[in-house]
Amino acid sequence: MATPLELANLLREKFGDGLSAPLEFRGEATLTVLDPSRIAEVCQHAKSSLGFDMLVDLSSVDNYGEDPRWTVVYELYGTGHHVHLRLKTSVSEEISEVPTVSGVWRTADWHEREAYDMMGIRFSGHPDLRRILMWEGYPYFPLRKDFPLAGKPTELPDIAFTRPAPLEGGPFVTVPGGKDAIAREPRVRNPAE
Amino acid sequence: MATQTIEFKDPAARASQAVAASASEDELQDIQGDKLVLNMGPSHPSTHGVLRILVEMDGETITKAVPDVGYLHRGDEKIAENMTYNQFVPYTDRLDYLAPLANNVAYVLAVEKLMGIDGAIPPRGQYLRVICCELARISAHLLGLGAFAMDVGALTVFLHTFTEREKIYNLCESLTGARFTTSYTRVGGMTRDCPPGWISAVRKFLDEVVLNIAESETLLTRNRIFVDRTRDVGVIPKELAIDYGLTGPNLRGSGVDYDVRKANPYLVYKDLEFDIPVGSIGDSYDRYLVRMEEMRQSVRILHQCLDRIPGGPDNAGREPVSIQDGKITLPPKSKVLSSMEELIHQFMIVTQGVNAPPGEVYFGAENPKGELGFYIHSRGGGTPYRLKIRAPSFVNLGILPAVLPGHLMSDIVSILGSFDFVMGECDR
Repeated sequence: MATPLELANLLREKFGDGLSAPLEFRGEATLTVLDPSRIAEVCQHAKSSLGFDMLVDLSSVDNYGEDPRWTVVYELYGTGHHVHLRLKTSVSEEISEVPTVSGVWRTADWHEREAYDMMGIRFSGHPDLRRILMWEGYPYFPLRKDFPLAGKPTELPDIAFTRPAPLEGGPFVTVPGGKDAIAREPRVRNPAE
Repeated sequence: MATQTIEFKDPAARASQAVAASASEDELQDIQGDKLVLNMGPSHPSTHGVLRILVEMDGETITKAVPDVGYLHRGDEKIAENMTYNQFVPYTDRLDYLAPLANNVAYVLAVEKLMGIDGAIPPRGQYLRVICCELARISAHLLGLGAFAMDVGALTVFLHTFTEREKIYNLCESLTGARFTTSYTRVGGMTRDCPPGWISAVRKFLDEVVLNIAESETLLTRNRIFVDRTRDVGVIPKELAIDYGLTGPNLRGSGVDYDVRKANPYLVYKDLEFDIPVGSIGDSYDRYLVRMEEMRQSVRILHQCLDRIPGGPDNAGREPVSIQDGKITLPPKSKVLSSMEELIHQFMIVTQGVNAPPGEVYFGAENPKGELGFYIHSRGGGTPYRLKIRAPSFVNLGILPAVLPGHLMSDIVSILGSFDFVMGECDR
């Protein structure tokens, strides 16, 4: 039976300098794709030649204050060999765009929509890149580190926090013009400070 | 327990029939007139929560389906970044709220993997966790089946299975203190051991539940109406299921024998004997059969766990259930009030959280709905830098646009019922 590290090295043989050396932590192998525009190509090869037929998860990380700001993380799995492999790629805030892998695994469609919705990373070539959990027209990307836990007031009509909620004055209710929840909620870490 | 064979004679013929049925979709395109767009949900009895589907229909045939999720979005991942690892346990109750115990276990296993202490959980704790997971599985499947049967017109099953779930809630209550929002696990162990007499109460429940499962089965498996409404409806071929990342009973219904408990065993699953039921063609009926058999297998696992649990039923040998390390689990309260070191440990765990090393892990556990995974990106300290929840219901619903077209409007109810999703988990 193949180990994650062996398969990671096989992938690395094919793409050479395009991939970083595999990193092993807690029995998992992580490969970083150095050029984000090649991620779809690497994934396609992993699927067709190395048996990674399932994309288990796709997540995104906001490395706030660092460059490149975004990291997109792909969790690959093979139902044939039962090996898990993680691919990562980082992209700067100016570009904020990586190629879609929804052509490789169709499950990536919703995962990428979620990453776009929450972080604002765009996926070029995606068939239908709309928000998925938040509603169309929502102005922010809530999982970014510079988005406060308590939410933000907005000028747009009928969008969050424009009117006092029925529970006005409650501990978790933000009132326009009032003290915001960051000041009221001591646990919140605000990266702006 | 004897496993009865209830499969139909010729699965290959059924499969080819189903494929032929979906091929005739193209002919339908030619005769269509004006299409009607129908909004289904977010408040609709068969959507089991707040799923909304926009269905484009030609007559009664669906030509396009666009699911709209997110009505229950609470920002759990954002919340997780702002609290310690243990503080997030109650939020996991509210993911798949039909199996909170299984979510608790899956989450702490992910954190323990990050900390590298997943092998250090005392055996009694590991067995207790397996018992929790399997009880949760039975509970979730009982509800899933009951609601599924009710959606396609068999109300009695729902009442039967709910009676049984009530007993599981009673067991949860005496184990954790809460019926629904259990928050039972902590990083490194559990909040407490099971109370005296609990193991024998579970045994009694198991004897009753197998009768109930058999009864429900006689109501459904050969019920003409039920079979007509589910067979060859919502067929998902193997490759499509894998392509869309389906997991859990929905994937196994399509004939892929992938179960995390067997493929990458965690806890003590590798020591336990159980079978993984798989379907043959992946229709709603197969998914129903898989869940039915999974409950029986869970009963089988539970019996083995109850027999083997270290320390015996009432823990005469005082086996620990949690890691005995002041830097990971809370020290006993009596010592906190009398000893300086324990006081400091208590203070550090409560205010700073358990200290996790920098790194990133993904851990997936076999939950009732599928693989519940947590990707944790840590930069050290007691709080995750990023915590991504891989929610099986979210991924499973992604296949709807590919499955629904070609079916009748009334089949949506059957397909959604057989998918057995929970919106709390899907929307997070």
